[in-house]
Amino acid sequence: MLDAILVMSGLALFLGSVLGYASIRFHVQGNALVEKIDAILPQTQCAQCGFPGCRPYAEAIAEGRADINQCPPGGEANIHKLADLLGVEFKPLNAEHGEPKPKSLAFIDESTCIGCTLCIQACPVDAISGAPKQMHTIIASECTGCELCVAPCPVDCISMVPVAENISNWKWKRPSYLEQDAA
Amino acid sequence: MRKLYHFNGGVHPPQHKSESTRHPIIKPPLPEKLVIPLHQHIGNTAKPVVSKGERVLKGQKIGRAEGYVSSAIHAPTSGTILSIEQEPVPHPSGLRDLCISLEPDGMEEWIELQPVDYLNTDPSTLRNRLRDAGVVGLGGAVFPSFIKLNPSNRKIRTLVLNGAECEPYITCDDMLMRQRAAEIVEGAKIMRHMLQADEILLGIEDNKPEAIAAMKAASGDEMEVVAVPTIYPGGGAKQLIRVLTGIEVPAGERSTDLGVQCFNVATAASVYRAVRYGEPLISRIVTIAGNVANPGNYEALIGTMIDHLILQAGKNEEENVAIMGGPMMGFDLPSVRVPLVKATNCIIVKSEKLFPKRPAPMPCIRCGRCAESCPADLQPQELYWFSKAGNFGKAQEYALFDCIECGCCSYVCPSSIPLVQFYRYAKSEIWAQEREKKASDLARIRHDFRIERIEREKREKAERLAQKSAKAGSEQE
Repeated sequence: MLDAILVMSGLALFLGSVLGYASIRFHVQGNALVEKIDAILPQTQCAQCGFPGCRPYAEAIAEGRADINQCPPGGEANIHKLADLLGVEFKPLNAEHGEPKPKSLAFIDESTCIGCTLCIQACPVDAISGAPKQMHTIIASECTGCELCVAPCPVDCISMVPVAENISNWKWKRPSYLEQDAA
Repeated sequence: MRKLYHFNGGVHPPQHKSESTRHPIIKPPLPEKLVIPLHQHIGNTAKPVVSKGERVLKGQKIGRAEGYVSSAIHAPTSGTILSIEQEPVPHPSGLRDLCISLEPDGMEEWIELQPVDYLNTDPSTLRNRLRDAGVVGLGGAVFPSFIKLNPSNRKIRTLVLNGAECEPYITCDDMLMRQRAAEIVEGAKIMRHMLQADEILLGIEDNKPEAIAAMKAASGDEMEVVAVPTIYPGGGAKQLIRVLTGIEVPAGERSTDLGVQCFNVATAASVYRAVRYGEPLISRIVTIAGNVANPGNYEALIGTMIDHLILQAGKNEEENVAIMGGPMMGFDLPSVRVPLVKATNCIIVKSEKLFPKRPAPMPCIRCGRCAESCPADLQPQELYWFSKAGNFGKAQEYALFDCIECGCCSYVCPSSIPLVQFYRYAKSEIWAQEREKKASDLARIRHDFRIERIEREKREKAERLAQKSAKAGSEQE
């Protein structure tokens, strides 16, 4: 009887200390789930989801405060990925947060711009270059197409221009296939 | 006799080579207009350095190499710059790209050429010369040659010259070897000097006895000319290296890691002209074949309209449909009103008789013939399932990017499934996803940085305020 108690408590002590050590030794920095969700989100930082950026939205999903179908730029493809990651059912995009649109970039009509810097302050990724009372312009390679600069502009000189297909972003099409996807 | 190795698979399509080798290389008359695309190589588009209305000389640089992986573009003849605009280019998309249009003045007035004595020149200077001369791989991949000629601490033992020319119809390298063997040998010597290679091997398929004889006569002791068996795609770089040296380049590695570098014979000839005479790459030999009255090889200026060349070969029809490249790896030109570029090794005018319509695809019967024919030892049927289902990650696991797109699998498929077309589609989807991933990672970094900056500014402002009030407080006392 005593032997059994001793063995069991000894084992419990030993395993407990192993687990305790492992939890310190292999501690994961930050919240791994938030990182994984954030990696799927498109990083447009457009706030259409109702949160002030992709990471806050990722945190809200991880904590169960937000649904997975609130990101229009990510579209259905991203909802599928999130559903796979979190082991939940796919649901169609919530129309309250907007419709998916073709990828666009902001464009400043430089002859109308008055140099007020309001768009610069609104841009979440610092993709607008300019200074007070100087002309502003979009750094196209940095622009995520979030549209946050459009509303603050007092002279309406910012428009969203869809990204045109060119030789460098052109893709081979899926072969047209008459097999009726039988096999 | 050198011991030859072999690679798995391969096919024997009808060759159609004799039609275009009946007469020597022809120089077509100067066209009325040249359209020179600024993106004719792998890497960054060249930056135009001339302006509209400017008179340029033959060989003058009109596009400067931009960034490391890039190459310069030159005026193929003397004349006036008409425009620098988006024009249709030979690309499967049919989209436009930035081109410089040039109206020749017929004087053929050269810039002052500066030859180099390569033996007394630093290899780095020679590489810059080749970059400035716009020398790129003429086998079809148009990768800037100066980059491949930088051994950067790797020992290159063997320089392989590729004269295999395995695709049907194409005979431009064959005719070059027959007629300009000495230029190829001299170019190969320059390349050997730059790479400090021990030996040069020239592989030619044994269906080109005239070329083999000409190259043997010209090469002396400088290089070994090896006749290799005729089998498609024996002219693929990895396949030729395998046949000549027995080295199999593993997935994810380059042949240079194993001490072998490979160049097309036409590239060797253009290296020679760029170094020995200072001539930039402004023309190339192109095979015009298929449904034309007079198939042959033409030495055409870069920027010559392809319909002008087809007309030279005796086909005068408005609506010609043509393939650029060979029938196995080439693509249908969206129009023949596009210019010849450095990559254009062959133009095949199509006809119903030569290229009958492919039967409609049938379901895959898992016969495995595609796997037997694959020269890259892949499992094409698996790649097909994954590509078709959009399961690109799995396709990558099955080494999709080791596929050289030779088209053997599509050629042998008894169900006529467009296999290689699915792999191209899958590859370009994966590249697009990677571009998006890169862009979103950049956006994340910039957004995080911005938030951090705003916080820092707030903190600093608060600190300044605190200091100020503390100072004011102490002064009051």
